Amino acid sequence: MTTPVSLRTLQAGQAATIATVGAAGELGRRIRDMGLVPGAQVEVVGRAPLKDPVALRIKGFTLTLRNNEADFITVIPEQKE
Amino acid sequence: MHSDTMFIAIAGNPNAGKTTAFNKYTGARQHVGNYPGITVEKKEGQTMLHGKQISLIDLPGTYSLTAYSLEEVVARKVLAEEKPGAVLNVLNAGVLERNLYLTVQLLEMGMPVAIALNMMDEARNQGLQINAVRLAELIGVPVVSTVARTGEGLETALEAAVTLAMQPTRPAPLVISYGQDVDEALLAMTPIIEEHQFLTTHYPARWIALKYLEHDEDILRQGLAANKEISDLLSAKVSTCAKHLEATLRTYPEAVIADYRYGYIASLLRQGVIADTRNQQNRIAYSDKMDRVLTHQIFGPLLMLGVLYAMYFITFKLGEYPAEWLGVAFEWLRGVADAALPEGPFKSLLLSGIIDGVGGVLGFVPLIMIMFLLIAMLEDSGYMARVAYMMDRVFRFFGLHGASVMPFIISGGIAGGCAVPGIMAARTLRSPRKRLATILTAPFMTCGAKLPVFLLFVGIFFEKNQTLVMFMLSLTGWAVALLTARLLRSSLIKGEATPFVMELPPYRLPTLSGVVIHTWERIWEYMRKAGTVILAISVLLWAGMTYPGISDEAAATFTSKRTAIEATMPEGDARKDALFAVSAEEASAALRASAAGRIGTFLEPITAPAGFDWKTNIALIAGIAAKEVVISTLGTAYSLGEVDPEENTTLADRIRNDSNWTKANAVALLLFTLLYSPCLVTLVVIKQETGSWRWSAFSFFFNLGLAFLVAVAANQILLLAAR
Repeated sequence: MTTPVSLRTLQAGQAATIATVGAAGELGRRIRDMGLVPGAQVEVVGRAPLKDPVALRIKGFTLTLRNNEADFITVIPEQKE
Repeated sequence: MHSDTMFIAIAGNPNAGKTTAFNKYTGARQHVGNYPGITVEKKEGQTMLHGKQISLIDLPGTYSLTAYSLEEVVARKVLAEEKPGAVLNVLNAGVLERNLYLTVQLLEMGMPVAIALNMMDEARNQGLQINAVRLAELIGVPVVSTVARTGEGLETALEAAVTLAMQPTRPAPLVISYGQDVDEALLAMTPIIEEHQFLTTHYPARWIALKYLEHDEDILRQGLAANKEISDLLSAKVSTCAKHLEATLRTYPEAVIADYRYGYIASLLRQGVIADTRNQQNRIAYSDKMDRVLTHQIFGPLLMLGVLYAMYFITFKLGEYPAEWLGVAFEWLRGVADAALPEGPFKSLLLSGIIDGVGGVLGFVPLIMIMFLLIAMLEDSGYMARVAYMMDRVFRFFGLHGASVMPFIISGGIAGGCAVPGIMAARTLRSPRKRLATILTAPFMTCGAKLPVFLLFVGIFFEKNQTLVMFMLSLTGWAVALLTARLLRSSLIKGEATPFVMELPPYRLPTLSGVVIHTWERIWEYMRKAGTVILAISVLLWAGMTYPGISDEAAATFTSKRTAIEATMPEGDARKDALFAVSAEEASAALRASAAGRIGTFLEPITAPAGFDWKTNIALIAGIAAKEVVISTLGTAYSLGEVDPEENTTLADRIRNDSNWTKANAVALLLFTLLYSPCLVTLVVIKQETGSWRWSAFSFFFNLGLAFLVAVAANQILLLAAR
């Protein structure tokens, strides 16, 4: 098992499993409401033209969040075959 | 409140087809209003089921029932206080897991819930098989498969909700485990709540305890108000639990609760509810392909510029025709009244006060209508979310939202727009602070009514660089709007940036059902509420521009001048011109003697640093009614009679030859016109959209002050430079 890295570091097309969600308060609540909880599978779909925000695929839908919001989330990247 | 008819609430995530279902149920029998004091829309309607009348309320789309957003607070308030007989929970079958998160919270609240498993067609096409019967068994509530777009299953779903609502007792709230620590805290807190009947008239006891653990601001506030002692006791228990979780698991109750909710949902779905045989040809994959182009690093912004320009173009080009017809109709009405009534103050009031006022109100209706239809289409299609996604990085810096770009463009971000539909377009913004900042700064854009003033003065003083100067003015509008937004967001409307976290819904063809009714309701609201205020104020402004007028002696002088001309000059064009000149002079004198004229004259010493004399002052005061009249008022002040803003060569010549006008004060006037107080209609719409006259007043004074400072600075600097 690899150590968790920040969600920000993922490349487009890369998949990962959420390890921790460090955000508290409103942001934390919002992130969790959308299903970004430990154990959830995510995949980076793409980034906005200015590289921020980032678009993620999770639980069958697409979600966007800013890089500084993604910083609160650590993931374990899926090993590429 | 809803005692005589059955009352059902429709709840669900945004983009789950909730509103489509609501529109199918109610058709035209719906009403859109606002919840008191806030800008969240309240949609209510009626429907019939087997001869029985049913009241429906379409709750705002939410992902959760925390107190995260106004929508969630409102939805929860309706559920707790209006106590619907049942909740019809519309779920997007393709995103079942996340959609059930709301369902679980509804059940925790003890609501009788019937599930409409919507968008089953999409799910099926994606190769997603959902066993509705199994889901119903596991979760313990009726589940009906629906396709709201076509109406499939909707009646059955409503029947299920109605059956629930007719049960004599409400179901027991759903109890799930949140892990040992939280469960223990709940066990300790619930009896206290029950014993003291703490908030229990509206909410189940365990749910209140849960909300305390989640640190729910709304419930904490209610609790403190109801019984501070008990509230403090509960908070103490919460902090014990929180400390323990922090020490042992380095987490906090709120996170634990959310994890367990999702855990519960995942375990439900694993028990044979869902069979995912999705292939690559599903809608999301299709959407992804479209996104590869539509949000592409280079093509994305280019296409967006195209879409925004098209929005602008369609709104104002298409809006031109009905506006023209209205113009013709009102011109005709004016002509009839002009011919039928004797000269006098009543005629003047009717023509210049009332008919022009009503015409002014109605003139915006086509623009508002087209704007709402187009924005609804952009939102329904999923493109609006992409605009916000692409623009976020830029607008965030100024404390705005990516979606702020739309109100800005419509307000005149592309020169020639209009702030009235522009400000209304800010409804697409969910975050109240960003929305307010957008509304307050959008009027700085170059709206269509400012253009004639620009064209006149730029034509006179910048003959060689007209296009460049016009473009610079437009850019100045953008710069001031964005910088002011930044200033406001770090002062008056400060507040932690709301999280951006947002769904990018799959692209869908927009359904226009409901949009037309919705648009009509908005226009009716505008005409009824804004229209009456605007009419009243335009009558006041008319009076201000007319009274007290010139003295009888002065009027007599003009009459005798006219008699003299008629007596001495032979009939013909020369006499006509001479008579016209006298009338124009009288109109100018009358204007100067009116309240507005007196204020304009009185202000002369104050506006002198900007280079404005009384004529300019009056024109600018009149411009508060509508920027269109700046030119015509200037014409009257220059004794030129009525000046057509489009055909103003005489006025241009007068200004060109007037030594009082220099490049310096012309630039000051251009900048002042760009930035000063929004017009009357815009001020009224600001009140309507923000819910407070305070913001209209702020907009009036702030913009006026800012424009004045900028105008003085421009005039003084250019005067110095010219020396």
